[in-house]
Amino acid sequence: MRYLPLTTDDRSAMLATIGAASIDDLFVDVPQAARLDGPIHGLPGHASELAVERHLTALARKNTVAGEVPFFLGCGAYRHHVPASVDHLIQRGEFLTAYTPYQPEIAQGTLQMLFEFQTQVARLLGTDVANASMYDGSTACWEAITMARRVTRKAKAIVSSGLHPHYVSVANTMAKFTGDVLETAAPALTAEPDTADLIARIDDDTSCVVVQYPDILGRIGDLSELAAACQAKKALLIAVVTEPVALGAIRSPGEMGADIVVGEGQSLGVGLQFGGPYVGLFGCKEKYVRQMPGRLCGQTQDAEGKRGFVLTLSTREQHIRREKATSNICTNSGLCALAFSIHMTLLGEKGLRGLAQANHLAASAAADRLTQVAGVELVTPTFFNEFTLKLSKEARPVVRTLADRGILAGVSLGRLYPGADALQNGLVVAVTETATADDVEALAGALEAVLA
Amino acid sequence: MNAINQSGWKPEMGSGDTATAATFTGNRALMLEEALIFEIGSDTTCGVDLPETPRGASRLGSLARARPIGLPGLSEPETVRHYTRLSRQNYGIDLGFFPLGSCTMKHNPRLNEKMARLPGFADIHPLQPVDTVQGALGLIHELQHWLVTLTGMDSVAMSPKAGAHGELCGILAIRAALEARGDARQVILVPESAHGTNPATAAFAGYKVEDVPATPEGRVDVAALKARLGPDVAGVMITNPNTCGLFERDLREISDMVHAAGGFVYCDGANFNAIVGRVRPGDLGVDAMHINLHKTFSTPHGGGGPGSGPVVFSKALTPFAPLPFVEKTDEGFALVEEENAQDHHASAFGRMVAFHGQMGMFTRALSYIMSHGADGLRQVAEDAVLNANYVLRSLEGTLDAPFAASGPCMHEALFSDDNLAEGFSTLDVAKGLIDEGFHPMTVYFPLVVHGAMLVEPTETESKAALDQFIGALRSVAERAKAGDPSLKSAPHFAPRRRLDETLAARKPVLVWKDAPLAEAAE
Repeated sequence: MRYLPLTTDDRSAMLATIGAASIDDLFVDVPQAARLDGPIHGLPGHASELAVERHLTALARKNTVAGEVPFFLGCGAYRHHVPASVDHLIQRGEFLTAYTPYQPEIAQGTLQMLFEFQTQVARLLGTDVANASMYDGSTACWEAITMARRVTRKAKAIVSSGLHPHYVSVANTMAKFTGDVLETAAPALTAEPDTADLIARIDDDTSCVVVQYPDILGRIGDLSELAAACQAKKALLIAVVTEPVALGAIRSPGEMGADIVVGEGQSLGVGLQFGGPYVGLFGCKEKYVRQMPGRLCGQTQDAEGKRGFVLTLSTREQHIRREKATSNICTNSGLCALAFSIHMTLLGEKGLRGLAQANHLAASAAADRLTQVAGVELVTPTFFNEFTLKLSKEARPVVRTLADRGILAGVSLGRLYPGADALQNGLVVAVTETATADDVEALAGALEAVLA
Repeated sequence: MNAINQSGWKPEMGSGDTATAATFTGNRALMLEEALIFEIGSDTTCGVDLPETPRGASRLGSLARARPIGLPGLSEPETVRHYTRLSRQNYGIDLGFFPLGSCTMKHNPRLNEKMARLPGFADIHPLQPVDTVQGALGLIHELQHWLVTLTGMDSVAMSPKAGAHGELCGILAIRAALEARGDARQVILVPESAHGTNPATAAFAGYKVEDVPATPEGRVDVAALKARLGPDVAGVMITNPNTCGLFERDLREISDMVHAAGGFVYCDGANFNAIVGRVRPGDLGVDAMHINLHKTFSTPHGGGGPGSGPVVFSKALTPFAPLPFVEKTDEGFALVEEENAQDHHASAFGRMVAFHGQMGMFTRALSYIMSHGADGLRQVAEDAVLNANYVLRSLEGTLDAPFAASGPCMHEALFSDDNLAEGFSTLDVAKGLIDEGFHPMTVYFPLVVHGAMLVEPTETESKAALDQFIGALRSVAERAKAGDPSLKSAPHFAPRRRLDETLAARKPVLVWKDAPLAEAAE
């Protein structure tokens, strides 16, 4: 019980100060029937530090670690190298163990970082403003859809077939309860995203069109025409970016006219972590800022005129507005936002563009090599660091077999779309700067063997 | 240790008035000003040497980026220095006592951090084949077992990303259960003393929210609640221990009443640390309750998250819990992530988040839970409650404690601004505490008390630390009662003096632009 500082003497002295005879006197308001007086069955007693380490290390060892095998998974979570100083800095106690900055005079470190983060994110997404982070990309996407309903007072959201199916699931879950209407479908294994189809479906009841960029198959579509079509019908264009590194190489959604751009920031600084914690990015045009969800950090000054930062526009938030709030969110992903921001600062303009270039060219080289394998066809001629292959066999068992050979080959579309027959041979392969030429060669060789 | 006493640590201070002398840089020795990265970085500086990668042909089509992004870069040493300097402008639990009531700031063991960073947990992808992540699924399953057993509930949904997300999860399960029986109830009742997230959550899930008054002693008014129950009430959201710091004695009776009226009981479990190992919410008739892992089980909050909010369910709501699930099968651990995949998950209300929840937080929480064990967790509740009551009784003569007669407090002690001098507020007390080297308590919450001050010490504070805080708060409160004008301009010694929050809201400056101060002053 090394984390509990009170001694037996302390406890006695404190009970005396309180005027209680025993600790049980402090639990008198708990009804007798609900008190647990004996040990709890089915749970062990306290463990030493060594014992905890041994147990968790044994569990960790049962997993195949991405960094130890040829690794090509993406679809919303990407493996990038994170410089050592990122993790070192976020572990400084003043960052790690601080709370939401409710007392700004002694939280300037977190607040300045959030202000810098908001600016970096807004510039990256091409939006006027950004908030101080959300839980992750999928919940940020849902929040954007509800925000579009507040802004337009319309409830029909048209969702691109290229949006990550888990993001669609999250939005569908929520729409069932809020009365939004979501129109969506599974993607087709075609070279082009469904832009033309989306444009054709926009009508006067449309609150927003949601499109992923690059999309779930890795395709990159120009959003300009879609943005104009949305504007003509007073609908908002929501763009979803699951791989922010891509924006170092391709035009930002904001630049092409998107009204709200959300994203998953995990790629920079955060790591795979089996799906979480991640960091949601959320930017929009300035005119919608008072309809934004989540926390915002703003610049101000102190009593001596010095620049300082505070959480602001909190009248949108749950603790002031209660049931009229723009969202029920009261936490953000502060520490993950910090990791993202540090990684971005280390990269800078030059580094992010260089990293994006390295990703793109490595992926392009890998696509060239993999399409030399008999039974492998490239579905997506334009892409950033992730592309879709059509295999001559069902992809899900292929991925399984390759995992047994120590290669994590990619994400089978069968895993993401279990019911869609037309997609079962699709394999989405992500190639980042962490994959070596040998890794690609190993994947190509294994595919050759399995598809033969 | 003997140097710390109720009046605080007072080394020889000297008597010069050099503290007001200006410096060329604006720095004051170890207190350093730090510019924004946009003011010190450049678009040609990079702190990373990228690896050599194979070269292919460009396939970006017409969308290759033409315009610059506008991102400043710093070299690695500049980056380390920038963030180290920023960190020093922050108060954290590692630095001192952080008594934020209802937020629960406690020691963050570094063992948790070490475990979460094992590559077997940190460097695995959420969509890897399930037989390559058996250890991770096993860990989730083990944490599920602890949570279900400690709460006396039937099942747990692990995916909610934070407490408020967990609330949403619980309310949606209630809604799904009601819809499954064709019952379109419209109203969620929320006591006045609830977290602001509770009504926001219910509204977000499409419900009409109605308040339930509190009794003068700070608990739910059972008679008023009973009178409101009816066929339109879907459920009640109740916080136990509540935000006045009190245990809701009548929760079992309330649950029976709500169930008899056909509704469900949601319990906000943010304050579970005060009862863990001593009370199982399942025994009180609760149908759904979220557990803030970062509060009860010490995962670090990091200046605003990440959180993690698993939700435990009663048998009645279990069939409606969201996807995905981790289950133990004969072949190992399975991940059920497809809607309607198996019969017993046919009524799952859907998916709340892209992947499986906050794995990094699960690792930390399990590390904390195992370190305490069932015996230690019970001690956690006892020490948390003992510490809170010690603070309450030590200060009730100094500050007004509106519910001190209502019985022992649980995890936190509540005071009001009732006996401060005219013109002095809770905020002045809070800012005065900053100068004493403490993070202030939660202020102006809960709303049921005027000028509320909510102190939550938690189980990881020593008696010496509490004594020092009690001495400091007593001193500041006496100054506020005596009308000491210097308190109105506190803090005097923080990195910034009192910040103008009205200016920030009236002229929002949310991103950096050239000469942003000039714009703000317009």
